Order: sequence, then C-alpha cells, then structure tokens
Amino acid sequence: MRILLVEDDRDVAGFVVKGLKEAGHVVEHTANGRDGLFLAASEAFDAIVLDRMLPGGVDGLRLLETLRSQGNATPVLFLSAMAQVDDRVRGLKAGGDDYMTKPFAFAELLARVEALTRRGKSEGPVTRLVVADLEMDLLSRGVKRAGQKVDLQPREFRLLEYLMRHAGQVVTRTMLLEGVWDYHFDPQTNVIDVHVSRLRQKVDKPFPTPLIHTVRNAGYMLREEAP
Amino acid sequence: MSGTPHVADPPDVGETPPDVGEALPTWSPRRHGRLGAFFGQAGVRFGMIYACLFGASSLALAAFLWWSTAGLLDRQTEAAILVDFQGLTERLAEGGVGNLIETIEQRIAGNIDDDAVYLLVDARMQRLAGNLERWPRGVAPDFDWTNLRIDRGGIRTLARVHHADLEGGLHLLVGRDVESRVQLRGIVADAMLWAAVIAVLLGTVGAMAVRGLFRATLADISATAIAVSAGDLTRRVKVTGHSDEFDLLAETINDMLDRIARLMEGVRQVSNAIAHDLRTPITRARMRLEDAATSARTEADLHQAIERAQADLDGIVAVFQALLRIAEIEAGARRSAFSRVDVAPMLSDMAELYEAAAEEAGQTLVARIPPQAMVFGDRDMIQQAVANLLDNAMKFSPPEGVIRLGAHVAGGSGSAGGVGAGVAAGTVEIVVADDGPGIPPQDRARASQRFFRGEAARSTPGSGLGLALVQAVAMLHGGTLRLEDNAPGLRAVLVLPVGDGANGAKTGEVA
Repeated sequence: MRILLVEDDRDVAGFVVKGLKEAGHVVEHTANGRDGLFLAASEAFDAIVLDRMLPGGVDGLRLLETLRSQGNATPVLFLSAMAQVDDRVRGLKAGGDDYMTKPFAFAELLARVEALTRRGKSEGPVTRLVVADLEMDLLSRGVKRAGQKVDLQPREFRLLEYLMRHAGQVVTRTMLLEGVWDYHFDPQTNVIDVHVSRLRQKVDKPFPTPLIHTVRNAGYMLREEAP
Repeated sequence: MSGTPHVADPPDVGETPPDVGEALPTWSPRRHGRLGAFFGQAGVRFGMIYACLFGASSLALAAFLWWSTAGLLDRQTEAAILVDFQGLTERLAEGGVGNLIETIEQRIAGNIDDDAVYLLVDARMQRLAGNLERWPRGVAPDFDWTNLRIDRGGIRTLARVHHADLEGGLHLLVGRDVESRVQLRGIVADAMLWAAVIAVLLGTVGAMAVRGLFRATLADISATAIAVSAGDLTRRVKVTGHSDEFDLLAETINDMLDRIARLMEGVRQVSNAIAHDLRTPITRARMRLEDAATSARTEADLHQAIERAQADLDGIVAVFQALLRIAEIEAGARRSAFSRVDVAPMLSDMAELYEAAAEEAGQTLVARIPPQAMVFGDRDMIQQAVANLLDNAMKFSPPEGVIRLGAHVAGGSGSAGGVGAGVAAGTVEIVVADDGPGIPPQDRARASQRFFRGEAARSTPGSGLGLALVQAVAMLHGGTLRLEDNAPGLRAVLVLPVGDGANGAKTGEVA
C-alpha cells in the first residue's frame, strides 16, 4: 500500500517510515504541511498519517480540511501530541478517520493504518462474512463453522464480526474497546483478553485449526493459516 | 475597570512603554496631562454625571416655577387688559364716542385698586378721556403692546399697555399698573438666583460624595486585585451583606478567585506529584537500561531489560495521561458538550464487559441496574469514572469476592438519603461495592486526592489517580463521590444530578 506520512519530527518520522516499510508498504514522507498538501492532492495514496502541528503555514487540520473540500476521500489517521478530548473531536470533525496520540506503540499505529485502508476499499453493504470455514450471516445474525451452528452472545457476535471484518489484519485491544464496546480509554483491568478467550472457546476449541491468533505485543488476528 | 488610574498610580503609568499608552489612550496621563487624568477617573466622571443631572433637574424646576408664578401674573394682566379693551370698543360701536368717553370715566371711577390706565385721544392726539394727562411722550401711536413709564399722581410707575386705532382716527390706550408685579418678579428672580447658587454648591458636594463613594466601593476590589496579582491568592473582596449590586460583584469576583485558587492548587499538587511520584518509575526504567547496557551478557537479557523498561515507560505515560485527563476534566471545558444521557444501558454494557474478567479472577459481579437512568453529563466521562471504580473493586476484592454494580434514581432531595448535594431535581446514584479491605475512615477524605495510596494499596500496582479522576468527574457534573464502609469492603457511590437541560448546567456551575 502507498502511504503518505506528514510529520515534522525527524526521529518519529524515521521510526514510522522504517516500520511501515518493514511491513511491506510504500511510504512517502514530507516534513511540512504545504508539501504534504501538494502531495496528497496530486498523487494517489491508500492512507495518510498526519501530524497536527506542522511547519510551513499549513497545519494538519487545515491540510485535511482543504483536502476534503476538494472531494479527496483518502483515509486519514491523525498522529498528534494534542491529546485532549476536544482535540480528538476537532480532528475527527475535520474529516479524520482515526486519531492517535503520542507517545504511541508502533504496532498500534500499523494496525490502525491497515484497518483504515481496508475500510476505504470495502464499500457497499455486506450481508455475509466468510473466513475459511467460518461464516457469518449479518442479516439473520447466525454464525456457522464447518457447517455447524455456533451459538454466540450478542456481544460475542459483535466481537467476532469486528475480527472478521478485519480478517488478516492485526486488531489491537484498544481498537476492540473502541469498535466493539465504544470505550475511548484503556481500563486497568484487562477485560478484552477474557472476552476473546471466551470467543475462542466457542469458535476455535471444538475445531481442529484455530482461526483467532494472538499477535505478541500487539493484539489479535483472525486468519486462515497458522503464522 | 483596569483603566482607572487610582488602581495604578500616575508615576507607574508614566513609566509604561509607549505602546501601552497607545493601547489605552483614554487614561494615559501623558496624553491628556494631569487635568485629563483627573477627568479620566471613573469616580470623577460619575460625580460629574451626578452634578449635571442635578443641575439639569434644578434648572427644569426653576423654569417651571418661573412660568407658574411671574409668567402667570403677566398673562393674567394681559388677559384683563384685552377684556377691558374689547368692552370699550363694543361701547364705541353701540353709542359712539360719547358713550365711550362716559364708559371710560365710569370705569376709572369704579376702579378700586387704582391700577387701571386709560387714555382716549382724537386724530390730533388731543385727550378726550382717561386718567393720563396726555399721550406719552416719545411713543408713536403704532404699537400694539408696550411697557410704559408713566407719571400718576406724582408717582412714576410702570404700566403694561395695549393700544389700537379705533374708527374715526381715535386712539385708545388701555393698561394696568404693574409696578407691584414687577417687584414681585424681582423677588422671585432673586430667590431663584440664590437657589441656583445653592444648587451649584449642593451639586458639587454631591458630586464629590458620589466620587468618594464610588472610590470607596471600588477601593477594596482594586486592593484585592492588586494583592492577588502580586501573588496573594488568599485575599478576598469584602461582602457588605447589603446583597446589592456591589455585593453581587464582590461575590462573583470571590467565586472567580476561589476557582483560580483551586486550579492553582491543582497545578501545584500535580507538579509536586510529578516531582515525587514519577521520579520512582523513571528511576526504575533508567536503572534497568543502565544495568542492561553495562552488565547484560546475552542478547536475550538485553531484550528482556529493554522490554521491561518499555513497560515502565508505558506506565509513566499512563500516569501522565491520567493526570492530564484529570486536569482537563477539572478545567471544565467539556461542560459545554454535556447532554442528556441514559446511563443505564452504558452500565449494563460495562457490567457485561467486566463480568467475564471478574469470573476469570474467580470473583462475581452482580449488577442491579434500572431500565432507565437519565443524567445530564458526558457519557465517556461517566463511563471512565465507573470503569475506574470497577477496576479498583476488582483489584482489591479477594478471589471469591462479590462486586456489586448498582444504580438507582433518587427523586427529590428528601429521598436522596443523606446525600450531601441536595439537588432538587433528583439524582442518579451509581454504586460500586466490593468486599475487599476497604478504606479506613481516617483515609477516606484523602482517598480521592491525586497519588494518595492507602495501606492496602501499597502492594498492588496502580498510580493513585483512579479515585481522583472519579472525584473530578463528579465535581464537573455537580455531583459528589461518597466512600462508605461496605462492612467489609468499600462502597463507592457516585452521585450525579439528573438535571434537566439548563438546570443541570446550572448545578454544574455551582460546583
């Protein structure tokens, strides 16, 4: 995937560029807002990682607002030290698709960027999700694995749905908290792991191959073959 | 108000850089000189406004008095003359000149006050009748109304006379002696002059009194403001107890100062806390890295040390984020985003989320939540507050412990059951109870301070910020956080006012 990074801190930018390249993405980097706007408007990217405070007279918010006013719908993830609730709200209102605050874990950033690019692609209503022999019918809210019916609680259903929609991608605990429980902070108690392990009991345990994998230091991933 | 020069004495002002003088031209003494500075004072302006109002109303009163005394006499005299004149012309029309002469003589004879003046002359100005010897000298017979100096019986007096030409070349002059009225007018005029002098004196004294009062009232406020800007945040404006506008101002300023003091105290606490409580984990992380750099023998050792240092740093970041979040909540900026929220489904979700984790730890979470519980506030904040309470409960409950999450809607202030904040609109109480060690009574008041960690918490991980955040959320919503004995364990009650729209915002303001 082609990703544009607009970030003025050289160390942070170098770290992110290196990480994204290692994950197999093509990265363009610019350190100021005006160049960022020019690149974003003139070339096609799958996602943009954008800092809020930028030199060059065009800050992240203005860059994004200009881009959106031109009808450009490239998914944008804000990566900013501005961490207040109001800052986040402003960033999302301006057309941002996700908002991460510094300091951050690279695994989280990578997972979120990849989730964004996926979101950009799958347009149109989906009624059925399939991963390997696992099937989910979103209309009848039924789940089957290898033809066998799997009984899930409503929340387990939503958790599995989230994992299936991001199949093949790393999904972090924070993403699950936000996407499934609408939590916007990290509780001290590790509540997510327990729910995932319950889901595993129902979806993976009775079958020979597991689908839900734990990715060390990052989160979970639903995919067909073992790593 | 900052522009009143008595707040900043002229010598200080004289030394301000020119651009400040440009910015506040209305009171810069350098621009207007000393006189300008004097008139620039708000107290002087108010005094002068008072004097002008007083002067204007005195003048209006004097004009009315003049019109209703001296003016009235003049108008009555002229009316009498006109009536008299009218009667005489009618006589002339009825019976000719002879009749007129006769009538004039009758009227002179019947004039008891002896103030009437008549004169009838023919075309050659020869007297035909009347009590004047001859046509007054130096007066051409072409006037309508005039004042005449006349000589009557050896006494020179002033008369108001009306004249008109009659048919046959006759000239008739009718008048009244107004000497006594003129004298009366003089007396009235004198009285008014004196009244004017008194009014000016009274106005000046009054203006000075107003200025003095104004300055005296503001003196305390400005003295307090000076003391506060010099760093003494304990000073407050005196409230006189008259509950007037100035008291309202004083109370508003005091509220503002209280709030500033609270925020300052918060900042001080946070910086102290950072100095003391964050030093420990930072030291730990630093030592780990240093130790690894000098004495790690295998790559695996090094990796392990780095990972643990990373975890330490994450912990420090979490503490920072919690501190900033508390500061953000206490600053109160999010209050504008408050809305009506039903916390019941949110609590059910949280119960479901934590139930699994509790079960995993061998604990039981029992939730008792009503179908609906509306409050006026911020959903995410309340959610985080309850999450903190649940985190605490799980952390301190023993295995096989029971954690209770409950909520109930308390109607009026009476049924709120000993709630400190008697909010008339009713409250929603969110209760999280555990059967862990609890908090001893002597520690409860301090338990919601930043970085406070009780005896029981020493051995557990945590930053000592959880309850501080809950407390901040409660305060922002105009509610309270009560910590009670669950015998055994802790019972934390988060009381949130129901508040219907604007009302809710107001109760928030009170807190």
